[in-house]
Amino acid sequence: MIRVALRGLAGRKLRASLTAFAIVLGVAMVSGTFVLTDTMNGAFDSIISQSYKNADVVVSGKTAFDTDTNGNAVQAPSFPETLLPKVRALPDVKAAAGSLTDNKTKLVGRDGKLVGGHGAPNLAFSVEPRSDQRFNPLVLTSGRWPSGAKEVAIDSGTAGNKHYKVGDTIGIQTRGPVQQFRVVGVVKLPGVSIGGATMSVFDIPTAQMLFHRQGRLDVIRVQAKSGVPTPKLLSEVRAILPSTVQARDVAAQEKRDKKTVNFTSFIQYFLLAFAGIALFVGSFVIANTLSITIAQRVREFATLRTLGATRRQILRAVVIEALVIGTLGSVTGLFLVLGLAKGLNALFKVLGFDLPTAATVFKERTVIVSLLVGIVITLLASLRPALRATRVPPIAAVREGAILPPGRFARLTPILSLITLVLGVLLLGYGVLGHGLSTANRLGSLGFGIVLLFFGVSANASRLVRPLASVLGWPATRIGGTAGVLARDNTMRNTKRTASTASALMIGLALVTFVAILGQGIRSSFESAVDDLLRSDYALTSTDTFTPLSVSDERALAKAPNVTAISGVRAGSARILGKTDNLTGVAPNMAQVIHLRWKQGSAAVPSQLGSDGAFVDHKYAKKNHLTIGSPINIETPSRDRFTVLVKGIFKLPNGGSPFGPVTISNANFDAHYPSPENEMVFVKVRGGVTDANTATLEHQVKGFADAKVQTASQFKTNFEKPLNKILILLYVLLLLSVIVSLFGIVNTLVLTVFERTREIGMLRAVGMTRRQTRSMIRHESVVTSLIGGALGMAVGFFLALLVTHALSSEGIVFAVPWLTLLGFVLATVVVGVIAAIFPARRAAGLNVLAALQYE
Amino acid sequence: MSETIAMPAVAAAEPAPTGPVVSAKDLTRRYGEGDTAVDALRGVSLEVPSGQLTAVMGPSGSGKSTLMHILAGLDQPTSGEVAIAGINISKLGDSDLTKLRRRHIGFIFQFFNLLPMLTAEENVLLPLSIAGEKPDPKWVMELLGRIGLTDRRAHRPAELSGGQQQRVAIGRALVSKPTIVFADEPTGNLDSTTSGEILELMRSSVDAYGQTTVMVTHEPRAAAIADRILFLDDGLIVKELGRSEAHDVISVMEELAGS
Repeated sequence: MIRVALRGLAGRKLRASLTAFAIVLGVAMVSGTFVLTDTMNGAFDSIISQSYKNADVVVSGKTAFDTDTNGNAVQAPSFPETLLPKVRALPDVKAAAGSLTDNKTKLVGRDGKLVGGHGAPNLAFSVEPRSDQRFNPLVLTSGRWPSGAKEVAIDSGTAGNKHYKVGDTIGIQTRGPVQQFRVVGVVKLPGVSIGGATMSVFDIPTAQMLFHRQGRLDVIRVQAKSGVPTPKLLSEVRAILPSTVQARDVAAQEKRDKKTVNFTSFIQYFLLAFAGIALFVGSFVIANTLSITIAQRVREFATLRTLGATRRQILRAVVIEALVIGTLGSVTGLFLVLGLAKGLNALFKVLGFDLPTAATVFKERTVIVSLLVGIVITLLASLRPALRATRVPPIAAVREGAILPPGRFARLTPILSLITLVLGVLLLGYGVLGHGLSTANRLGSLGFGIVLLFFGVSANASRLVRPLASVLGWPATRIGGTAGVLARDNTMRNTKRTASTASALMIGLALVTFVAILGQGIRSSFESAVDDLLRSDYALTSTDTFTPLSVSDERALAKAPNVTAISGVRAGSARILGKTDNLTGVAPNMAQVIHLRWKQGSAAVPSQLGSDGAFVDHKYAKKNHLTIGSPINIETPSRDRFTVLVKGIFKLPNGGSPFGPVTISNANFDAHYPSPENEMVFVKVRGGVTDANTATLEHQVKGFADAKVQTASQFKTNFEKPLNKILILLYVLLLLSVIVSLFGIVNTLVLTVFERTREIGMLRAVGMTRRQTRSMIRHESVVTSLIGGALGMAVGFFLALLVTHALSSEGIVFAVPWLTLLGFVLATVVVGVIAAIFPARRAAGLNVLAALQYE
Repeated sequence: MSETIAMPAVAAAEPAPTGPVVSAKDLTRRYGEGDTAVDALRGVSLEVPSGQLTAVMGPSGSGKSTLMHILAGLDQPTSGEVAIAGINISKLGDSDLTKLRRRHIGFIFQFFNLLPMLTAEENVLLPLSIAGEKPDPKWVMELLGRIGLTDRRAHRPAELSGGQQQRVAIGRALVSKPTIVFADEPTGNLDSTTSGEILELMRSSVDAYGQTTVMVTHEPRAAAIADRILFLDDGLIVKELGRSEAHDVISVMEELAGS
């Protein structure tokens, strides 16, 4: 029987490989995700361990917390450089070197624009040019180490991309306008690409001056004399450290550093979720394709039964087929993976998330998990068709045109489908609207609810096929004539088959529709919040809108003659009431540029904050039981602790505000943060927005390559850019499952053409042209995919309605991006047309005589 | 797939070689309900003796196919009982019926029902491989020789003529030496020359191996090879002949059509 199954499969190579294709993409996505994130982790690990080359003990300033609310590492406070000679003087120290690092020092190209950006870090380091570089992770590819003011070494990536070589001049911008430096060396980290990041290297005095850390160091790397155990060295070093500075052995230091790059696990989960969706869609396609092939093989199964095959043997034969198909698809997916991992990385790069990479990491786990997932999903999907196959009675062997008998629970199917649908809706409703659910419970009922919803819609869809096909098939009958009419009627012939083919596409479309509507909701609530809050003419932000700007940019802009009010919003992270959060600062004149609605206090609050005042938003106040006069304890990353008192509570607008939960005065902020930064600066000018005013402001910050002057409306659209990027990323990732469902349509059509060979021969015999035959198949494909699209959009609408309702307290409104949805409809038509290419060609290529005699 | 299943207790008792291989009592079969009900069989009793070729003749709609389906355990009678090799099959469940088929029944179909992906030899051996039994090479050689496909054993059905395909099917029905072979219009899909060859082959297998065979046909020429001919009309056995010439069969048929 195994042989029968395998031979059968070999005899239906095309069908088998079409079926296998349904999981190839999903499996490739799973393994691609693993390869990509493993490779990134490998790169980060290698960067981290290289940076402590030859060091046994690392000395650094103590921080209150390691990462900010975005998961980025906070800059540790510096310490006096006088510590270095003391460390060097310790008896067991063989060598020690001090260094500085900074992530605010940017390279500026010849065009006056920042090199890199898009959120990739701008790294800056110090070197001791005359030392033996034993601790230096960087290697020179040309030139020499910088020595003295106005000398820099840059990374080989920048040198290559921007055509810099030793002897050229490059702009450096840090806490002030751009300065010109001479490139004296080009460096790289051996064995690792640093992605979109840039590096600049200075000697220690220059670094201290640029980073505003005169006379100070960030890190001391210490090497023990040979034979000295690290713990001994560690306790010697610790004995001489002031209380604000710590020493760790290199293993502990690496462990701590690796904690700050754990975002790769987020990327992994994120991508795996989309792989899961593609596999889910794939399982629909496999179940459908197998159902059709089994229906076409009723006589074969019946014959086997008359020859003495048991039901169990039939079940086994089908399951073995599925096993082979699953293995085939999974292995192919695994092979595709290297390409896909590169593709994913390229996608991230295009969207501005350029991440470090090193040698591709292909772990055993990747192979095992991918194969297992692909095979198990195929097997699960094959179970129902396989059980149906066992129901074929032996007598079907002698009946002409025998059809697959209904399943044992066929009578219950309509009720079960309805129950599934209702259960799915209820679970979703519970997950979205239920009060006081734990996150795990909420996510669990949401995930389960969505899966049930998809199953439910798919199971009930066969009843909607007729009405949908007659509406959506109308254009086909107009355009295609008789071929179009036949095509529409063909989709109604086997409503179950059409429904399950369309259902695969439904899933992808439901999700893109959901994403599009949700995105539009976020966008419009953000826009209305900006319209509500913003009273300024212009805003100054960094060129990528999000990276904070040094306060020197604001100071420069303040000198513009047309400015009537300028108000910067400081931002930084802090531990507030025991939790890491964003702390913001405002100028006394804030009320002139931003209009807040005050629940307690008045518009005068920002001007009255002084050195101990703060205002908070009403949600934060409610959550933490804060009223006017409540004290708030704040600790900066450098462990600077202070207390402020609540002086005002404002109503947080639905679309958010520029402020963190707690806002203090800029004066107070600057007193506690060593290099304060603005997240944005609002400006009012005489005469409002005019070209002349714009030009004046731009001229004023010309020396600041990292800053961008924009009008209030430009500011709005700039802030939406990252949202749009995320939407595009989601669309591209969901496209994968749409492609999988496209394969599903191809499968169904190929099998249908195969099944209707005689009929097509007859149509051709009575005068249907090849062109008409092709058009008939194409229209059938388009009508099927439009049915999937219609179902999907309806489900997407429903999901979006549910979620926006649940998020209405967060200010997300239900807004429909009609143009985008129209685009989806067109995309659905395109999917149908593409899916039909191959089956239509097969149908048109049939030999009329042979087709008529086909049995 | 090697699937050896324990023989059921009912099948363990070997049938007496001289007793009837198949016996049916008062078989009725009604399709549908109420006004639209059709009685395909209206009380048929018969016995098939061992080692003979029995033909069931009748015009279309006479109930002859229904009778064969019920005798072979493919369909259930509305009332009445069927025993094969002494086993009452009317009350057997699916798995006991499957065991019965493996041991006692061979099938020959009008449309051959060969598996297209298997070679001629593999198709012949299929019942054994389904049952997980090892073929006896001598028997297989002998059988392939008898069906005349020794040199075409590696061909697939698509590469064989209709007659050759039906020869493969006959080989498949004989390979497990079943107690009885049921043939459903074995020549119904073949031209007359080929039909003659196939009938000759069937007759010779009865003569050479004593293979008990029941054949349903509407062709007098086919019935003429039988040891015994049962005439069915309107759901009842109306006449029985011994070995007869084709023209005798034709005259009985004409008689039936005229009545």
